[in-house]
Amino acid sequence: MSETQRTREFITGNEATARGAIAGGCRYFFGYPITPQNKIPEYMSAHLPEVGGVFLQAESEVAAINMVYGASAAGARVMTTSSSPGISLMQEGLSYMIGSELPCVLVNMVRGGPGLGNIGPAQSDYWLATRGCGHGDGQCITLTPNSVQELHDFTARAFEIADRYRNPTMVLADAILANMMEPCDVLPPTEMPPADRPYAVGPHGQERERNIVNSLWVDFDEMEEVNLRIQERYRQAAEEITDWEEYGSDEPEVLVCAYGISSRVCESAVDEAGKAGVQARLVRPKTVFPFPSEPIAKWAEQAKCAVVVEASMGQFVEDVRLAVEGRCPVELVGHAGGNIPAVSEVVARILEMTS
Amino acid sequence: MREEIFLGGLGGQGVLLGGQMMARAGMDAGLNVSWFPIYSPEVRGGSTTCTIVITDGRVGSPICERPETMILMDPVAANTFAPQVAEGGLLVLNSSMIEQPPGHEDCETLWVPANDIAVEIGNERTVNMVMIGAWAGRTSALSIEGIAEALQHMLPERHHKHMPANIAALERGAEIGAESRQPGG
Repeated sequence: MSETQRTREFITGNEATARGAIAGGCRYFFGYPITPQNKIPEYMSAHLPEVGGVFLQAESEVAAINMVYGASAAGARVMTTSSSPGISLMQEGLSYMIGSELPCVLVNMVRGGPGLGNIGPAQSDYWLATRGCGHGDGQCITLTPNSVQELHDFTARAFEIADRYRNPTMVLADAILANMMEPCDVLPPTEMPPADRPYAVGPHGQERERNIVNSLWVDFDEMEEVNLRIQERYRQAAEEITDWEEYGSDEPEVLVCAYGISSRVCESAVDEAGKAGVQARLVRPKTVFPFPSEPIAKWAEQAKCAVVVEASMGQFVEDVRLAVEGRCPVELVGHAGGNIPAVSEVVARILEMTS
Repeated sequence: MREEIFLGGLGGQGVLLGGQMMARAGMDAGLNVSWFPIYSPEVRGGSTTCTIVITDGRVGSPICERPETMILMDPVAANTFAPQVAEGGLLVLNSSMIEQPPGHEDCETLWVPANDIAVEIGNERTVNMVMIGAWAGRTSALSIEGIAEALQHMLPERHHKHMPANIAALERGAEIGAESRQPGG
């Protein structure tokens, strides 16, 4: 990706995501419409053909993820995007892709749930991303941007990550990030890498043995071998791509943990708490699988307490508790159903915890 | 500096485009900005709002609980949102449609007959420009030229013929805003 050729534009998170994908070499898109992410397929339908790509609206999310499976098996850079109920429908296909050791990128612009829910912002698919992705010992590598710029950059990078670890990689955001507009330094489109990857199916003449893409391993030991390979890649990913940002005081009384849109609320809350005389430090994961346990453990050692803020009734908080390992009390400020925690509420909890 | 501005009105009044234009003008002036919309599913006439942050620091939360400025264009938006304006904040109200002063006692109010001015200018769709011009004239947070330039960027070329009416609306609004400034304020 050429950093020097970026152009500054004022665009929505959805558009930034779509353009990030094309900058990441994506040339195949399969999906099914659902609010609040429809601007992504809309953009792709207009612009993928311009770079020689294929946009196809599937008849359902189940079909879409299996088209992604097929394109990935053929060595293509491929993606799908959806929102919560649609990602639920893709679970089986994702598990098959993990089992077949295939890369793809998916974006989840999370909306209120459970069920059909509503089109408001939510972070209640944290478990779906980090524990879900279907049955078996597999997960999606999960990136959590908190701005329009990061939606663009993380989506572009997600294709590299998916390829490197041969695993589906999810960009996990929400309805606010999808619809809001911010300045974004947009990367130019790049070519898709050649599709004749070592594992890919497709025409090959007599140059190599034929490849088989498959997630069925009848022999127990062979199936365990696949699992060990997958786990080894997750271990490598934890070493190589775990990422986070910190903001606020170097001598915090309170550790604040949040990702995505909630971390934007928390930036303001950390500033406000400082004005009210309480020093706080925000640790904001940019990846949640792999999870940045180390900085959370480090600051939990020093802080009196941790406040976890998320637009769900308590999912991300569990990973924070696992990282904190009892070093300090962990409190949740959570909302659901389209509501997100307010700055004043987070500040009030920070002050309450230190009083 | 940090400006938190909330725009509210009816779908079709140009709330969303107006807000985008303000944020874009802030970006072009080298500032950090965000624009965050909430609107109902109706194509025309539904409740429509957006929140803009313009700052030389980090934007942080793009959602504001108590915005310092509210630009409200219809009575329903005025009744619903005006009480949330920050203490000591500014309400810019469309007096062509809003009759009762809403909000609370500890805020300033700038009345702008935006529909009447838009009709005078000869383009009823410039109500949002009159309102935003009034805000800019009052606060000088963004220049009228910068806002007009941002609009030119955002409008599809087929609508560029409407630029003169939009600029006229911005300028008329700015005059009202500038006149409303308190001496020494």
